Amino acid sequence: MTAIEDTALKLDPEESRRARQERLERIGKWALPLAIMVLAIVLWDRICVWNEIPQYILPRPGVVLQTLHNDAGLLFSSLLVTLRITFLSLLLAVIGGVGLAVLFAQSKWVEMSFFPFAIVLQVTPIVAIFPLINIYVNNQTVKLLLCAWIVAFFPILSNTTLGLNSVDRNLRDLFKLNGATRWQQLRYLRLPAAMPYFLGGLKIAGGLSLIGAVVAEFVAGAQGQSSGLASRIIEAGYRLNAPRLFAALILISLTGILIFLVLSLVSHLILRRWHESALKQEH
Amino acid sequence: MIQEKLAQTPTTASGENPMLLSLRNVGKIFSNGVTALSKVDLAIREGDFLSLLGPSGCGKSTALRLIAGLSTPTSGQLDWRGSIDRANIGFVFQEPTLLPWASVFDNVWLPLRLKGVSRAKAEPAVTEMLSRVHLTGFENAVPRELSGGMKMRVSIARAMVTKPRILLMDEPFAALDEITRFKLNNDLLELWQDERFTVVFVTHSVFESVFLSSRVVVMAARPGRVFGELPVDAPYPRDEAFRTSPDYAALCRQASDVLVNAINSTAGSHHDGH
Repeated sequence: MTAIEDTALKLDPEESRRARQERLERIGKWALPLAIMVLAIVLWDRICVWNEIPQYILPRPGVVLQTLHNDAGLLFSSLLVTLRITFLSLLLAVIGGVGLAVLFAQSKWVEMSFFPFAIVLQVTPIVAIFPLINIYVNNQTVKLLLCAWIVAFFPILSNTTLGLNSVDRNLRDLFKLNGATRWQQLRYLRLPAAMPYFLGGLKIAGGLSLIGAVVAEFVAGAQGQSSGLASRIIEAGYRLNAPRLFAALILISLTGILIFLVLSLVSHLILRRWHESALKQEH
Repeated sequence: MIQEKLAQTPTTASGENPMLLSLRNVGKIFSNGVTALSKVDLAIREGDFLSLLGPSGCGKSTALRLIAGLSTPTSGQLDWRGSIDRANIGFVFQEPTLLPWASVFDNVWLPLRLKGVSRAKAEPAVTEMLSRVHLTGFENAVPRELSGGMKMRVSIARAMVTKPRILLMDEPFAALDEITRFKLNNDLLELWQDERFTVVFVTHSVFESVFLSSRVVVMAARPGRVFGELPVDAPYPRDEAFRTSPDYAALCRQASDVLVNAINSTAGSHHDGH
């Protein structure tokens, strides 16, 4: 027995190559994108210097960083405004999307009747709807929220509806056999079964609510009504303040990445014990 | 042999257990026009271990769903003795059909939970049932951490936790390997002998039906119907020794002959099984 274990520890060339490969991939997974990113920034800096590009066309990365520091007060207070709209609209998208999905799940007829409306809302570009909202809604925050919500709620609605309807047929029979009420079936069977689908939708909606918030601010900001990051970008554009424009852009990007990472982590934590998507692959 | 069997189970004056359920002239036609069952007469007595044996398409699963109340007959009727509701029926599906997100404990608790029994109140029953299926210590595992056989044990524990009077099983061990299947067969028999509930067991395995049952009902296809019945007059407890005994081999042979006749009886009316 020990003899076998001893030889098992000495990997054959194929297995040791595979182990080395895996080790490299683990490091490469984060080191590679990081290296490329650093390279790109250095290249950006060099291009500015070599071509003597003026700062109002393309600022050097150092200048952007400097601006991010100098204008921090202004930029971050704007970021807070944008974030408030983003998270509120994401929250409303979750409530609205899941609520509608649960409503749809109660009856095929309801779903058949109302799903097309959701699709219409989804496929009509928000920029085109905004002027209407601008006429009908007075409150600035409500205006922006409505815009961001329209953009973000659809993936949650669509995914959750799919999830609620993809419950194992036998499990449904089991609940029926045990005399489960409609509410019990929803609570103990359909909602948990829909969880992976919902979380998939949430990840998409997280990014979309930020996009929705920024787009709404852009349209509203063009009319001088907003104080979010988008209006900072428009303002900086008018004043040819490219460094601040870049700084604002970077803030938005980072926010989007952060939202995605946080939602991915939440999804992983909820699903890690049971769902295929969260399981580690084994050979 | 018959003497021994009678000595073990309480009987009525007629020498038979009281009737639990009788299917009378039951037929089922699906909306697509397929006749799943035709004129099925079946008497199920208290304490029976009855197998429905037949080729695919003979309506054995449909019969089980009718008994469970998951489906209603097109014609004929099911007569239950006394009042029986769904609380008195346990069902084991072909797949383990567990909630993948819930622990073993929560899966077994589920039928009680749906009846409003709290976790604390359900705990003794769930713990006892888990020990009966030899899963003590796995309360907190989730289904994906279990083997196929263990998942099926959880499924059986879940069906039995409400102490049903009748347990319906739809080819429960068909997907398991032979060694695991033998083990589960033995454990199921042990459970049945201790509790003396009634079992209706759907299978397409001659060997499994003979090993487990007190009665084997052979069904034929197109249309699904009862073709013949075979009492299995071998004493319980049945163990590994029974599995290799000449008695068992002879009984399997008999059941196999009836099954072959049942299959041949439809051979004229179908071409390729589809």
